[in-house]
Amino acid sequence: MNLFKQISAVTLMNFKSLPHRIGTSIVIVIGIAGVVAVLVSVLAMSTGMLATMEHSGRDDRAIVLRNGSASEMGSALPRDSARLIEDAPGIKRGSDGKPIASPESLRLVNLFRKEDNAEVNVALRGVGPQLHQVRPELKIVEGRMFQPAVTEVIVGKAAHSEFKGLNVGDKFKTHGATWTVVGVFTTGGDSHESSLMTDAETLIAAEQRGSFQSVTVLLDSPASFQKFKDALSANPALAVDVSREREYYRHQSETIGKVIYVIAYVVGGIMAIGAIFSALNTMYSAVSARLREIATLRAIGFGATAMVMSVLAEALLLALIGGVIGAAMAWLFFNGHQVSTSGGGAAAGHLIFELSVSPALIATGILWACTIGLIGGLFPAVRAARLPVATALRAI
Amino acid sequence: MKYFGLIWAGLWRKRARTLFTMASIVVAFLLFGLLQGLNTGFNTVITNLNVDRLYVSAKTNMTDGLPISYAARIKNVPGVRAVSHWTYFGGYYQNAKNAIPAFATDAEPLFKVYREMKIKPEYLEAMQKTRTGALVGSELAKKYGWKVGDRVPIGTSIWTTKQGSSTWMFDIVGIFDTSSYGGGFPSFYLNQDYFKENSAFGGNIVHYYLVGISDPHQATSISKQIDAMFENSTYETRTQTESALAQMQLKQIGDINFIVNAIVGAVLFTLLFLTANTMMQSVRERTPELAVLKTLGFSDTKVLALVLIEALALCLFAAAIGLVLATLVFNSGALKVIFGNFTMPLIVLAMGSGVALILALVSGLPPAWRARQLNIVDALAGR
Repeated sequence: MNLFKQISAVTLMNFKSLPHRIGTSIVIVIGIAGVVAVLVSVLAMSTGMLATMEHSGRDDRAIVLRNGSASEMGSALPRDSARLIEDAPGIKRGSDGKPIASPESLRLVNLFRKEDNAEVNVALRGVGPQLHQVRPELKIVEGRMFQPAVTEVIVGKAAHSEFKGLNVGDKFKTHGATWTVVGVFTTGGDSHESSLMTDAETLIAAEQRGSFQSVTVLLDSPASFQKFKDALSANPALAVDVSREREYYRHQSETIGKVIYVIAYVVGGIMAIGAIFSALNTMYSAVSARLREIATLRAIGFGATAMVMSVLAEALLLALIGGVIGAAMAWLFFNGHQVSTSGGGAAAGHLIFELSVSPALIATGILWACTIGLIGGLFPAVRAARLPVATALRAI
Repeated sequence: MKYFGLIWAGLWRKRARTLFTMASIVVAFLLFGLLQGLNTGFNTVITNLNVDRLYVSAKTNMTDGLPISYAARIKNVPGVRAVSHWTYFGGYYQNAKNAIPAFATDAEPLFKVYREMKIKPEYLEAMQKTRTGALVGSELAKKYGWKVGDRVPIGTSIWTTKQGSSTWMFDIVGIFDTSSYGGGFPSFYLNQDYFKENSAFGGNIVHYYLVGISDPHQATSISKQIDAMFENSTYETRTQTESALAQMQLKQIGDINFIVNAIVGAVLFTLLFLTANTMMQSVRERTPELAVLKTLGFSDTKVLALVLIEALALCLFAAAIGLVLATLVFNSGALKVIFGNFTMPLIVLAMGSGVALILALVSGLPPAWRARQLNIVDALAGR
């Protein structure tokens, strides 16, 4: 108890004298704020991308590709395969008794980003007539749904705001036809909002070649997945890979997500080392500014532990302030900031997503800040504790 | 030079502080060197790309493909030296995880378009004679232990054979050296003719026509000529130089420039603050000493110069270590796996030195000015 009292007394005294050392103390705060801001912002990129991709899947939906395909872009399913897939057990049936499935074809379209006029590949997804049952989350927010056989497209909300020439009524030429934008849709913030959709048969007919890339089916229940998968694997007429939709999309963003992680931790790590040095600097000078005070306290009976704890507490407090400022800056500047990249899974062309500074990220940032503060405070704290009292009192 | 001892003593007056300040500057410039080096490196690689090569793809999108009949018409454009083509085949070896960058092509003109790529003439000959032949890059051959004469099965998820199989057999007839081009060059080639005959559908398309031209200055006019030739046809073309194409692809990934500059900016701002603070503190502590110097007859300007040179020495020395470390990382080949063959661009080192100089001046000037303005009597009295 006595020790605890000592610690709190010295720490309090320390904090009270902080305003007098504001110049040096602020170095820790700014240094750590910088590290945390960079770390959290870069990680917010991968969190945002992951959230968008994971959102794209539902547990009771499965996607079927040609076997060996890493993504839809590298898959081809002939018409008879698509039919066989739709007949498999485990697929939910609609009120008319037909299995709920959407054979889809995926093409890329060149569009220009509004922001910097860069030319990018955007996915144009041909979907089956049962789209509404397969993806009930799809809602038209402007204009109307496309009609089959007349080369009309609807565009995702994110694509609409990111790329030029996608307003309702706009026309563009691709894949052997002129397409008219007739509506804008939302799917609740998933990766499909970065794409355009049209009728699959119309798309295939317009370019006079090609086939389906995938079949997305709605299952009876998430548990029927295995039954569905086993049935397709057992069918000798089919050579396909079946994945749960959520897993498929997660897998698509895995590589780029890893790259962003590595960048974040390498850059953040190097910056953190720099911040540790500046924290060491600050805490050493804080200790040496209080040399006489520390020696006096030791002389009147305060223990070494109390000294160590007080210096550590000071470093931690400053680090915490820095961490909070850094995380707040990342949140203020980048949360919800819309970015787009072609790296988000070759599956879906250009992916548009929002940076997301999640509470978990903020916690990570603050944890880093505290670690830096602790390391930066430890050595000066030990120095404060080891100080020979007599010499220190005579100093200066 | 005769004041060297004085500056040296001033620098090491508080050893720990100077070392820690130096260490954080070293770290900052290491980061600066790495990020800016990669950024500039990418840009140089792109601008240095060959200008006597043009890439013709479908105007709407590369994946749309072009008819194979365009080759002869492009060949007839004056100034065109050689025409070959790429059709994306994709494929994998043994399992889908081992992706193979395979392309169908016309091999003989391909190596005329890519003149820097080295291949033995007998390999090219063998490729023309062997319908099922394949030419493989040396790195890829090493990876899977392939030798000339091997017969390899390549799986594909797109192109079914006429027999309904998704595995194609190829005879490796030659190996070529891709090192002169660096990473990213497709390193598995099959004959377009075989591809066309043996695939169940779609063997008639070409994704890129590769056009070698005799005079790089004519790149723009030849590009326009090719595009004009196919204007208003079902398959309109777009012709780009190699560097324009690479720039477009890089831009798709995202605004790398912006990210690098934002991070470097944050690092340097933090650092500036730290160094300026250290210098201030050091001058404040030495107020009486500086006053003694002035008493001994050092002019105001000399005192200012002493303090400033101290800051310069600290910043420049530490920055140099940081940049040297970054260069070592570049040369060690640690980044080779991800970014191909990279060396530290000299311009980055020059930029780094410039930034170090500015850092020293900005952080050193205020304390130096303060030292200059010191009044001897007040300073000695500790006022």
